[in-house]
Amino acid sequence: MATFLQLLFTGLGIGAIYALVALGFVLLIRAASVVNFAQGQFSMVGAYLLVVGFNVLGLPYYLSMFLSVVLMAGFGVLFAGATYWPLRHRGGLPVIISTIGASIFLENIVLFLYGPSPEVLPGLFDSPGIQVGPVFMDSQYLSILVASTILVILQYLIFEKTLLGKKLQATSQDKEMASLLGIPVVAMILITFGYSAALGGLAGMLVAPVLFVSVGMGGLIALKAFAANIIGGYGSIPGAILGGLLLGVAETLGASYISVPYKDAFAFAMLLMFLMVRPQGLFGEKISEKA
Amino acid sequence: MSVNLASARISRGLPQAAVACVAVVALAFLLPGEGYYLNILMQAATYAIAVSGLVVVLGYCGQISIAQAAFFGIGAYGVGIGMVDFGIGFFPAMLLGVAAAGLSGLLLGLGSLRLGGHYLAMVTISFQQILTLFLTNWISFTHGPDGIRGIPRPSLMGVSFASGHAFLALCLVFLVLSTLTIWRLKTGRLGRAMQAVRDNELAAGTCGINVFSTKVIAFGISAVMGGIGGALFAGGFQYISPDQFSFSESIVLLTMALLGGVQSPFGSLVGTMVLVILPEWLRFLQQIYLAVYGAAVILIMVFLPDGLWGLMLSRVIRRAKPIEGSVEPLPLLSERAAASNDYVLKVEGLAKHFGGVKALDGVDLAVRRGTVHALIGPNGSGKSTFINVVTGLYRPTAGKVTFTGQDITHAQPHERNRAGLARTFQNIRVFRGMTVLDNVMVGAERPGNDIAENPAAVVERALAALDFVDLRGDAHRQVGALSYGHQRYVEIARALASSPQTLLLDEPAAGLNLTEKHELGELLKRLGGHGLTILIIDHDMNLVEQVADHITVLNFGRRIADGTPSAVLANPDVVAAYLGEPRHEAA
Repeated sequence: MATFLQLLFTGLGIGAIYALVALGFVLLIRAASVVNFAQGQFSMVGAYLLVVGFNVLGLPYYLSMFLSVVLMAGFGVLFAGATYWPLRHRGGLPVIISTIGASIFLENIVLFLYGPSPEVLPGLFDSPGIQVGPVFMDSQYLSILVASTILVILQYLIFEKTLLGKKLQATSQDKEMASLLGIPVVAMILITFGYSAALGGLAGMLVAPVLFVSVGMGGLIALKAFAANIIGGYGSIPGAILGGLLLGVAETLGASYISVPYKDAFAFAMLLMFLMVRPQGLFGEKISEKA
Repeated sequence: MSVNLASARISRGLPQAAVACVAVVALAFLLPGEGYYLNILMQAATYAIAVSGLVVVLGYCGQISIAQAAFFGIGAYGVGIGMVDFGIGFFPAMLLGVAAAGLSGLLLGLGSLRLGGHYLAMVTISFQQILTLFLTNWISFTHGPDGIRGIPRPSLMGVSFASGHAFLALCLVFLVLSTLTIWRLKTGRLGRAMQAVRDNELAAGTCGINVFSTKVIAFGISAVMGGIGGALFAGGFQYISPDQFSFSESIVLLTMALLGGVQSPFGSLVGTMVLVILPEWLRFLQQIYLAVYGAAVILIMVFLPDGLWGLMLSRVIRRAKPIEGSVEPLPLLSERAAASNDYVLKVEGLAKHFGGVKALDGVDLAVRRGTVHALIGPNGSGKSTFINVVTGLYRPTAGKVTFTGQDITHAQPHERNRAGLARTFQNIRVFRGMTVLDNVMVGAERPGNDIAENPAAVVERALAALDFVDLRGDAHRQVGALSYGHQRYVEIARALASSPQTLLLDEPAAGLNLTEKHELGELLKRLGGHGLTILIIDHDMNLVEQVADHITVLNFGRRIADGTPSAVLANPDVVAAYLGEPRHEAA
């Protein structure tokens, strides 16, 4: 039982990362109908920015983190300019392919600059963690959980309680109508890209001390985040969060009780299972095109 | 008859294929040297076979598969494991590997292709990852990360393929056959169905195409091509290991297809040659060649949407010649229906609720054979919902739809079309990537149409339909190049060519200017003369009055009037619905 609780804690921590990345995914799907296959590379680039700020330039940890998030937001806008903007009138397929191209490009450019050996980043806190009953709560996993909770609440407040959030929502629901109402749709889409990249980058920075910073760290996270997105319900925000947590827990338990080498297969097996049995996911609606 | 025609088609292709095969075999043996150049060509040939599979699934059918290296790997491991561990011959082992690749493709497709395109992308990436995990970790079966060494080369009927030249010749023969097959596929019925699905799934369904199974078949073919390429690769290099079939190899294969042009197997061949040979010349790129690939994918999507092959074609061939009007086309419809009192389409108590909104609330409607029936009503009265429920795009909340005596309430759109129900759309849904003629041929090939199995008759019927709407001269143009009004005519011709029992026209006058509206009125009158049963939905009172034998009026999802035009248009409820209540007039 103690092991189970310990694994549950770790699974939730990893799941929270998947949820954050999945959230970035969902926002882009809703705002721009873009399925961004480079979402995971946002996390990877974010983590490397933190490496540059903290390890290389020697800036304070929190300052490096803040600067990295700001840079990631700008990077998101650039990303939109390269992969989404020129193809926005050509349907979903070309944009998907160009984001796949971008993911390959980003991974290999960083590989070229930094090489394959992983970088190490310290955690947010010096203390290794706290013992709560039978469970040892590692300080970094705890930070991940707390930070994710704060981010989700913050996002809820921004989207539901501010005018900017309402404009973003309007854009995601009906671009034409939003533009007729004087909402700057282009700006809204760019903001979403920036926000999504910042969120993905932050997730990468949070998970970096646990996983090491490596070129391949993002790809796998993103695949699982996408799986989380489908398990939770395609395009659903609560679905992305719940799906991410569920996947993190399932994978940690599976690795511990069934097989370590096949750890990464559990997420995909779960994804395939959902696609067969309940393709609309936990919170999803049946998607149908309007004639 | 159709069998004869099909075999005639094949035998017409045979001499070309034979000549091409002899040529490549000669080429393989005439090449100088051993080793290096042969290996590069072998790699290019086996890759090109796999990449031509992507032409089918991505180019023809518009579905993204990012696991071509996985299917390639399954084919390769089929040969490797089969020959080295089980001691079976090359060709049986190849068959096993290709079957395994095709089967996994079918299973993945069945699981994901009911949903949108990004689901397949996702599922194939997942499959790719799982396969790599298995190849690396299931050491007792796959030999693990060390790979399989010493895969022998085959001999068949006394001919040995042990030398590099001979095996290259074998690979090239497979390449020629697969390229020609996939090239032919595009202009055949199945290929047209795939392209229709790519361009517009909803419209493809209402043209009698089983969208789901078409996508599954396309993906299955693509997996099989991957398997064939991989099996030959294993024989060619005699050593395989998991990293040759990883995710990044899938990306390389995808880039090859996109660079060359995903609309033609010749394009994918060009793309593969370029990307196999180029890295050999650009060795200084080794460090960042994948980064260059990634950037190339984006640049190709932006600047070269049709790939190198598309670019070459557009330079060489300006435009296909128009078809002169010398063919004596088949009659427009397979059978003429005489006006009668029996009902072709009968709708009883039809309801459709979207959450709390009752878009349709118990509507009855019956269309008599050989008549033009109009369904009218103000905006939001439920007309379009009605036609969408009747054609199977929406599931009804309640009610029953009977068509030529069969209950079709729960049938799929393509099943309804096969029963003889054709439609057009309010916002035009043509197959934009295809020519005008191909669009209309998709209609003529409707399963259930008496001429659908006869390719020559399909062309004639399609031309007859184009004649009817006066667009024969544009038959070989891309449909996207036509004006809005003419695209609408293409849609009507597509429906006509399918010889429907009943034609449903959803606001055909929407978006047309006055002249075009007048033309449309004339066209509909001529159609009525052909004895076709028509259900037309429109706002335009002038048009409806001119053509309708019978009118049903909807308002707020309910039927408020039904009868002859003169009676319905004089009905005070109808006047009120259209012009507002009399009490507002005083204000």
